[in-house]
Amino acid sequence: MENLLTLPVLLPLFGAALTLAFDKLPRVQRWVSGAVQVAVVAVAVTLVFLVDSRGTQVLWVGNWPQPLGITLVADHLSALMLLVSTVVTATVFFYSMGQDLDTRQRETPVSVFHPTFLVLSAGVSDAFLAGDLFNLFVGFEILLFASYVLITIGATRDRVRSGTTYVVVGVLSSSLFLTAIAAVYAATGTVNLAQLSVRLSELSPGVSLMLQLLLLTVFAVKAAVFPLSAWLPDSYPTAPAPVTAVFAGLLTKVGVYSIIRTQTLLFPNNPLSALLMWAALLTMVIGILGAVAQSEIKRMLSFTLVSHIGYMIFGVSLGTQAGLAGAIFYTAHHITIQTTLFLVVGLIERRGGTTSLNRLGGLAAVSPLLGILFFIPAMNLAGIPPLSGFIGKIGLFGAGVQVGTPLAWLLVAGSVVTSLLTLYAMAKVWNRAFWRDVPEQLSDQPSGLTVSRRHGARRGTQPTDGRGAAHPEVPAAAEPTPGGTGASPTRPSAATGTRPDPSELWEEANDSADGGVLEPSRVPRPMAATAGVLVVLGIGLTVIAGPLYGYCERAAAELSSPGNYVGAVLGDGALLDGPVGWNGTHGDAGDGAGGADSTDNQGGAG
Amino acid sequence: MTANLTLVIIAGVLIAAGVYLTLERLLTRILVGVVLISNGVNVLFLVASGNAGGPAFIGSTPPGDMSDPLPQAMVLTAIVITLGVTAFLLALAYRSFQLNGHDEVVDDVEDALIRDLAEADRVSESFDASDHPDDSTPDEEGLDFDRPEREPRPDDDLHDRTPESAEEADS
Repeated sequence: MENLLTLPVLLPLFGAALTLAFDKLPRVQRWVSGAVQVAVVAVAVTLVFLVDSRGTQVLWVGNWPQPLGITLVADHLSALMLLVSTVVTATVFFYSMGQDLDTRQRETPVSVFHPTFLVLSAGVSDAFLAGDLFNLFVGFEILLFASYVLITIGATRDRVRSGTTYVVVGVLSSSLFLTAIAAVYAATGTVNLAQLSVRLSELSPGVSLMLQLLLLTVFAVKAAVFPLSAWLPDSYPTAPAPVTAVFAGLLTKVGVYSIIRTQTLLFPNNPLSALLMWAALLTMVIGILGAVAQSEIKRMLSFTLVSHIGYMIFGVSLGTQAGLAGAIFYTAHHITIQTTLFLVVGLIERRGGTTSLNRLGGLAAVSPLLGILFFIPAMNLAGIPPLSGFIGKIGLFGAGVQVGTPLAWLLVAGSVVTSLLTLYAMAKVWNRAFWRDVPEQLSDQPSGLTVSRRHGARRGTQPTDGRGAAHPEVPAAAEPTPGGTGASPTRPSAATGTRPDPSELWEEANDSADGGVLEPSRVPRPMAATAGVLVVLGIGLTVIAGPLYGYCERAAAELSSPGNYVGAVLGDGALLDGPVGWNGTHGDAGDGAGGADSTDNQGGAG
Repeated sequence: MTANLTLVIIAGVLIAAGVYLTLERLLTRILVGVVLISNGVNVLFLVASGNAGGPAFIGSTPPGDMSDPLPQAMVLTAIVITLGVTAFLLALAYRSFQLNGHDEVVDDVEDALIRDLAEADRVSESFDASDHPDDSTPDEEGLDFDRPEREPRPDDDLHDRTPESAEEADS
């Protein structure tokens, strides 16, 4: 049964190889990808039930002598994250398939998209199942690499611009992660999470604190926690809708998952509550203030994404079981809802031709279905009862009140304010895009057409203009400036020498924000249907909230005593009562603090 | 375990130089910076692996004298990843050059726009529709306030999408 643990990683990788081999046959690619996605969801469901009934599942890959080699571990937390992420990935995949089938606007070059998407899901699964720090790093790298390709897919000007920031941030955070791993290995002589849990508690407090801060910094970059979150709203909105959706749902949550793991398993004795609480508060408040200022739906959602990461950090920072349960529930909820919203915004873009609130209007009359699809997850995100967002927030508030320190109260207040401002932002979208009349001079023609007429001349990369998707072969400096205004958005350029006037800044911003103005068209059924499925799943989270919250509480209880994890991985003989109460044989874990001579790896086995 | 001071210093110098380069705006320089940082981190792994010993093959060295093979395996993985990243960043830099004629990493434009609004103390059009019954044309979001025309300066093109230019425009 333990061999099931390899499947969520292996199946997508094999699928990626197959789809790459069949890159000339889109139909085969779709079937392979679809089959893999469904199979992985099935595996994840099985794992959740296995874990819940029989306890933590552990696989020592290759059956090497025990503390050597790679471990895959699924406990309650991993299994739940795996299930939610695979379900969301599969839905997004079917959505993108609907988009591919719609020939009017093919945003995703099929031959690259499918393998990359599968590799991404393999990376996410690997990160959730990793039982050692280095495998976690590899999981991160797999998913990051796939995301580099996906975020710059098509290599239009906007995507190259925003992708550059994303890639550089990703690479630097990976370097920091490697540094952290080197430091951890130098201090403890192992990278196995279970062994680390034991040995880190033996280190001197200073060394241990440094390692903890290093790891937290790395994961905070990935999770977009406040001082390290600026990269996210800049880079996400330009990618195609399915890509943004899956990024928003999963990538940051892998960071959150790693933070939970680090805090509960590796450093259970040092919760760093104050630091994390401030980070959570600032993430929530500053993120949502950013969202309120936006007039572009995708950007607004990217900011709410950052803001709501704060809720999860809030739960973790409390350092209590109730806080953890709330954080885990909120993570599961947020993955689903945020993905749904981004998919629906993809539909809005399709229907209205843009995602700028200044140009949209009257969508509720044109497409009531779209209104429903947007309204439910939007209210869920804001936390309107009885939806799952409300339940998750209540859980977190309760945990915060239980802790009862002034800082915890401040956090509760901050998260209430954030929740209200989220409601405000969502209501703004609703009022502008759905409720109001169509803006007057846009009413005689679809808004996107107006826009593309105004701006079409400047677009080098839009399919709607005369030049097609062909990019200029010559550097723009040699290019005649289009539109006669002196400086086009394409200018770099020593040749033109004028500064951009504000209106061009505006147009350029729209280019980048919209990811291109599209011809408004009816929403293809498969896309609407898959978005609908996710909306229903979001409501389903509310319906099953009782059992799900129970599961999250069990997960939190399990995380609260790291001995469970250690015992399950290293065998019950190793340590039954975990590192907290661990006062046993020093010689057993070897020269923990002394570090890394060659035989040290076998140290913890005895 | 004794740390090898030379290796630590080498790693420090590499990483410091790398950080300096990543603060540049040109992607190719950032790329060189990234490569330096990665190499610095790889050297750190050598520090982490402890004292140097014999080759870690069974039979060639007594186990006690072997150097620790695990960090070496990790470094190998890291090197492969760096190779991939370098290739990808090079491709990005070239694509950026193809599109723009340079490989400068530019600022987020939408961000500059909102900053402009804030500086001019205007609200965006989406703030309240009823205030603008007539001008729902994209009115450049408050960017239609007067700005003195001025002669282009030679260094404008270098900074035209950086925050400095947004500030200059308002002064």
